[in-house]
Amino acid sequence: MNTNNHTSTPSPRHPVTSLDPRINRLDLHRTKEGEQTNSHLITWEVFHQDKRGKQPVHAGIVHASTPEMAMIFAKEQYARRGKTTNLWVVKTSDVYTFSYEDEDIFETTPEKTFRDPAFYKVRERIEAFQAKNKI
Amino acid sequence: MNNEAIKDLLYKMADDALVIGHRNSEWTGIGPMLEEDLAFSSMAQDKVGHAQALYQILHDVLGEKSPDILAFQRSEKDFKCCQLVELPIGEYDFSLVRHFLFDHAEMVRYEMLVTSSFQPLAQLARKIKGEIKYHVMHADTFLKQLAHGTEESHACMQSSLDYAMPYALGIFEKSEYEEVLISEGIFAGEEKLQEKWLEKISAIVNGAGLKMPEVPDSKIVYGGRRGYHSQYLEPLLDEMTEVTQIDPNAEW
Repeated sequence: MNTNNHTSTPSPRHPVTSLDPRINRLDLHRTKEGEQTNSHLITWEVFHQDKRGKQPVHAGIVHASTPEMAMIFAKEQYARRGKTTNLWVVKTSDVYTFSYEDEDIFETTPEKTFRDPAFYKVRERIEAFQAKNKI
Repeated sequence: MNNEAIKDLLYKMADDALVIGHRNSEWTGIGPMLEEDLAFSSMAQDKVGHAQALYQILHDVLGEKSPDILAFQRSEKDFKCCQLVELPIGEYDFSLVRHFLFDHAEMVRYEMLVTSSFQPLAQLARKIKGEIKYHVMHADTFLKQLAHGTEESHACMQSSLDYAMPYALGIFEKSEYEEVLISEGIFAGEEKLQEKWLEKISAIVNGAGLKMPEVPDSKIVYGGRRGYHSQYLEPLLDEMTEVTQIDPNAEW
């Protein structure tokens, strides 16, 4: 994930330049316009869906110049084994994330166990019912 | 059913698939980019799989030798592949154009075979339908992309198309069994196949802004189906069978 763009004010719209470590490591995304060497293509995020109706899960990236090319590549990179029903590709630059600097907004979430379904009292009643009826 | 006619059809299909599969696998590790290296290699592997399935039918149903022997221990003269698939990989534009021309013909051929009266072939045609669909999707996407790319990429695609077309038309070289295959409902014939293929690829080629080459009949490269091959097949077979030749009876 790109951590080069630090923002001074918290912003929920943090553009991802690239999820490809090769591009981030070499700072290739900083290449100014006109200096573009065409030595690499933009990246696309690939989401894999194994069954109709199930949520597509992020699988990785491919390099490609167009959505069509990205899909052609995604098929062989991420659907070569097991079951697949569909793939989604999204241009990496269309994905927005928080900055890791703002990770503290999630800090106390693990404490809020009252949001877990298991927290509710009804759970005890279900368990009692199950015990009684030997389910 | 006429077994000799079916054997002839299966051998040419299997040999085409084996030889183009081997050729395309020569790109493994040196493809233009990682993603494409993997995609092209996987498709080459699929082709070898198709060849294996066809040799298996020859063995199981028609009493020919085992797939390994058919693939690795026949002489060049016994191969029935067309000369298009034998040609060296050349530059990537040629390999892509060959892939485009060959795979469209293969797709139409298998579509026609779905209704074949020879059940094992009809079953195979249904089984690999999706695989071939992806191969064609890949070829079409690349053709369009490069035809609309730069002036250079457009010119490369056009010149490869011009070079490959006389060989591609050789795919449809008729055998002595055409009439039998048609009358027995095994396969609707090379002429029909060529007609459907031309219609399909013309639309895509023209749509991509490329020109369909005009090839006079006298320039079409025939011979492969009767065992007359280019200078390139023998060295390919030598390389492909190098390991088997060390000990043909080795157990793996």
